[in-house]
Amino acid sequence: MKWLKRYWQVLSRPSLHFSLGVLTLGGFLAGIVFWGGFNTALEVTNTEQFCVSCHEMRDNVFEELKDTVHYTNRSGVRAVCSDCHVPHEWTHKIARKMQASKEVWGWIFGTINTREKFEAKRRELAEREWRRFKANDSLECRNCHEFDSMDFTLQEPRAAEAHSTALGGGDKTCIDCHKGIAHELPDMSGVHR
Amino acid sequence: MKYRLVLILGLVLAAWTWAEAPGLSPSSPEGLRPAGTLGETTPATPIPGDPREVEREVRNYPEQPPVIPHIIRGYQVDKRFNRCLDCHSRESAPSAGAPMVSVTHFMDRDGQVRAAVSARRYFCTQCHVPQTDAEPMVDSDFHSIDRVLQEAAEGGQP
Ligand code: HEC
Ligand code: HEC
Ligand code: HEC
Repeated sequence: MKWLKRYWQVLSRPSLHFSLGVLTLGGFLAGIVFWGGFNTALEVTNTEQFCVSCHEMRDNVFEELKDTVHYTNRSGVRAVCSDCHVPHEWTHKIARKMQASKEVWGWIFGTINTREKFEAKRRELAEREWRRFKANDSLECRNCHEFDSMDFTLQEPRAAEAHSTALGGGDKTCIDCHKGIAHELPDMSGVHR
Repeated sequence: MKYRLVLILGLVLAAWTWAEAPGLSPSSPEGLRPAGTLGETTPATPIPGDPREVEREVRNYPEQPPVIPHIIRGYQVDKRFNRCLDCHSRESAPSAGAPMVSVTHFMDRDGQVRAAVSARRYFCTQCHVPQTDAEPMVDSDFHSIDRVLQEAAEGGQP
């Protein structure tokens, strides 16, 4: 207890050697460096290399993504993991990253480290993502797919029909009809699409 | 003496392989594969386009599996999920506006109608394919049943 008190006294005593200006500026600069470093670190965890650096992601969902339109298509525009799975807005991003700390535990303890274990857990994992997309009105899809810019005359009749009614009217959101757009679906018994 | 023997043997072997070389590439029967030989690598034919604006086609004979009038790229059909039945199942067909799979799909091998689509009809693309603008790979002189009947009625050879 005593040493704590002594530290507090040192910390709470006004500075003797540095002017307030130097301290403020120093603090400001240090802040920039840490803030930048923090965000850079966050950005690194947003890259696809980071996501597929663990084999759980590389051998399952990444392998499946490769066959889909979001990885290979005629125009060459593609979506990476974080485009769909990490919100753009800062507070939401931090919230998602906090949740992701739990996934690190799963990785350490190997909760999905084989295909079988992954398949057994896939429904639960998928449902979590469906809930998230449902709650934010498929925000991540809409970051790239603008409803107002969809030309129904160019779409396949089935698509135009569904988009101009249920989607346009706001009854449904992308994930209601487009589950399994990027990965294989789990056993879907009981899921109403 | 020995050297000469080896030399002759080598020459014979070389001549033999040289003579044999074209033989490795017999000309192909003009089947599915366009002209060229079996040993040759010919460029792949382009993948036919996806159907976009196709109507449902009239079937050429009653038992013909209808062709699919839309894109099915990336549709998952396996033990976990059947994307086709997502719209064409008994329960979803009306709300999806899709035709329901016919009752034959519910029959087991004894002709007994089951509650769900039977295993032998589960994998849709075994019988159904999308309608595309592909050129037929081999000529076909297939005539629809209507034309066969008409020609028979007119007294000509079918
Ligand atoms: C990074 C941007 C991006 C994001 C995020 C994104 N998409 Fe896409 N998506 C694309 C592009 C680009 C294409 C078209 C590629 C092409 O055909 O050239 C596409 C194509 C599609 C297609 C057409 C499929 C086909 O077979 O033609 C669907 C459906 C689709 N996206 C749904 C979604 C849904 C649902 C989400 C959210 C879970 C989503 N997309 C998120 C960029 C994105
Ligand atoms: C009411 C159901 C429904 C909703 C909601 C919906 N879609 Fe679709 N969408 C479809 C159907 C049906 C198709 C036809 C293709 C298929 O299912 O394979 C389609 C096709 C597409 C295509 C391909 C169009 C083409 O002609 O190639 C894109 C891109 C797409 N959807 C994006 C979206 C996005 C983005 C959202 C959310 C903003 C969304 N959809 C919401 C039902 C829906
Ligand atoms: C186009 C959007 C999109 C992209 C790109 C994408 N995902 Fe997904 N992901 C989804 C959706 C939507 C789900 C919800 C389940 C479903 O509908 O398939 C999902 C589900 C998952 C799941 C839960 C398990 C499962 O199969 O449902 C994992 C893990 C996952 N994604 C990881 C990744 C990784 C890693 C990448 C990058 C290699 C990636 N995703 C890229 C849209 C995407």
